[in-house]
Amino acid sequence: MSASVRAANLDAQALPTRLEQLLDAGGRMQMAYAWHPQPGRTEVRYLAAPGPRQPFELWSCRADGGELPSLALRAPLLGWYEREMQDLYGLAFRGHPEPYPLVVERSAEGTLRAPLVLPEVSDPQVQLLGFGPVRADVLESAQFLFFYLGEAIVHYLPRLFLKHRGMEAKFEGASPMHGCVLAERVSGVGSVAHALAYCQAVEDAAGCAVPPRAKRLRVLLAELERLYNHLHYFGQLADATTLKVGQAEGRLLEERVKQLAGRLTGQRFMRNLLCPGGLRRDVAVPIDLADTLQRLRREVESYLVQLERTTSYLDRLLATGVLRKDVAFDQGATGPVERASGLDRDLRRDHPYAAYDELHVPVALAEEGDAYARARVRAAELRAGFDLLELLLPRLEHGPVYAPCAPEPLGFGLGWAESPRGSLYYAVHLDAQGMLARVKIKSPSFSNWRAFPFTVHQTNMMDYAINEASFGLTIAGCDR
Amino acid sequence: MPLWTLRGLAQGIATADWPHGAADAHGQQGTLGMPRIAAERCADACHRCADVCPTQAIRLDTRGHLESLDYGRCVACQLCVETCPAGTLQPGAEWAFGVREREDLEWTLAPGPLPAEERLAAHIEQSFRGSLHVRHVDAGSCNGCESELQALNNPFYNLHRLGIFFTASPRAADLLLVTGTVTAAMREPLLAAWEAMPAPKRVLACGTCAVSGGACGGTYASGRGLDGVLPVDVWLPGCPPNPAAIIEALLLLLERKPQRVKGGRVHDG
Repeated sequence: MSASVRAANLDAQALPTRLEQLLDAGGRMQMAYAWHPQPGRTEVRYLAAPGPRQPFELWSCRADGGELPSLALRAPLLGWYEREMQDLYGLAFRGHPEPYPLVVERSAEGTLRAPLVLPEVSDPQVQLLGFGPVRADVLESAQFLFFYLGEAIVHYLPRLFLKHRGMEAKFEGASPMHGCVLAERVSGVGSVAHALAYCQAVEDAAGCAVPPRAKRLRVLLAELERLYNHLHYFGQLADATTLKVGQAEGRLLEERVKQLAGRLTGQRFMRNLLCPGGLRRDVAVPIDLADTLQRLRREVESYLVQLERTTSYLDRLLATGVLRKDVAFDQGATGPVERASGLDRDLRRDHPYAAYDELHVPVALAEEGDAYARARVRAAELRAGFDLLELLLPRLEHGPVYAPCAPEPLGFGLGWAESPRGSLYYAVHLDAQGMLARVKIKSPSFSNWRAFPFTVHQTNMMDYAINEASFGLTIAGCDR
Repeated sequence: MPLWTLRGLAQGIATADWPHGAADAHGQQGTLGMPRIAAERCADACHRCADVCPTQAIRLDTRGHLESLDYGRCVACQLCVETCPAGTLQPGAEWAFGVREREDLEWTLAPGPLPAEERLAAHIEQSFRGSLHVRHVDAGSCNGCESELQALNNPFYNLHRLGIFFTASPRAADLLLVTGTVTAAMREPLLAAWEAMPAPKRVLACGTCAVSGGACGGTYASGRGLDGVLPVDVWLPGCPPNPAAIIEALLLLLERKPQRVKGGRVHDG
């Protein structure tokens, strides 16, 4: 494990105090997960970020008794992680404010299902609308439950994890190379970010150095992924605000980037290229790539300017779905969503990886926390993405793209990436044969789905679709 | 709003002249497809391809030679191609692998005789051919298939021009297009959508997950695709199948395109 992570063993009783110290010093929890270091032993690991450019802290706490104190009251974002450990590892968290199943539960017939715990509602005027899991259009499966009075949403509950595939379990026993193929298939539109965070975790465990060209090519792929995702986002937002031409144009620009990615890497999602140690093969960067991106940039710029001039679009975004800064912090919002609520974090700048330390990564911020702020932050990231690529292309000097990378048996590594949707972490444990023993995935959508309902309660039905589009969530990443 | 309309008109037609016009106007240049097989080149006791395959799609015979490859399990990850020292497995450009019978995705060294005509249990209803309404159900995908399905309605592919439409209600749908591994929790909603559709109704398994579980199937929660869950009319592997491959599969279902892959081999003409 590298110097970028500081490890500590903690007793269960020491956890609340340590959390207080972290929060008082301006730090923040990132995730928690359980694993079995040996058969019959369970350990919980907490990942904490004390601050920008300070090493992460990884707290290990034995949970052999099956119970730990819940930290969810002081750090609400940990609530979901604790419930996940409760469902999948049978752990109990003393004093948890919401001790219900989250990811899976067993029905009376013995089949697995996605849990659903509805709040009690005493007012007979309040009605319940269940929407999904099969929804209109081509969408991912999830069920949304609205308690409503006329147009007003009194309470909102997303029922996620219908798509829970047990992906983390799928890694167990697989080779590190096979694991990369799996990581690319956790969240399709985040294939590069997932592969990158995974590879960096394995490289951390192996202590291997990735060649410079591979690091820079990884940035190229990661930024192209950001471009097509953010363009898709604007297409969706234009659709939600009924700008049909705006929707078509956003989708067409997204298609251009995907086709470019296909020509460049052989796969439209840029899968099947990254591997622990670098890249599986070199990427032939065409000499006209800079020109292609320049032309695309002009089209994107014109599109964004036109959106920003459209009053009907702005009207629907302004003051819609406000995520307050303190709620964003407490509930663990990430990526463009947290940055639109004034939280200044970006892993590319704060904990640089790949070749981001050679580049200047501007971090776009807004304070209002509404749908308009989220759209502005993403627009700024699109523009910054083109800037980054312009800086990067002249630096793509020839050289090897792979260095042997064999992680030590029983090793551990942590990797991360700022995906288009926010912070993504992979924690990788290896077994005595050097195969994967446990892989934990902290996806950005898991974080943002946790924060999203706070912007829906006490709003109205008309704004819901626009608010949801303005978050740009995926469900596969959250459900895993 | 009028500005947007003018702007759209000024940009002209973005839609591909495909599949009717130029054969290579599908927009998938440079993408890698399923591995291509040049048989009878294997080195004895090599095993490498079967060892790296993340979905156990490859079977070897007792000498360690390639015996069969199930394209219905293949996620086109290219690992076998990259590791093969003999050139038996080579990078392929074929991505349109839609078939009517699951067995047609299985390449074996010694294939049985091809049927003289396409095996068709029943011809598709005439009324579907020019107007097909599709209900998509995500039964546990990575969102890659959804991303490509959403792309079908972008101006480049513009699926409507082919008379194929996504519809909101299964009650108005002719085709159930399923993605994902069929997770434990999505099995019931998937079957409910199927039940709600009026007969005659068809099923397309879209993506390797829906065909066989792919890279993500076989865990405590994930399932192994549509086999044994619903009667499938067209199987389309790919991880994910690109938009042009999905269009090919839809046109195959509608009998507007012939089936190109038989016995795991591409037959043109």
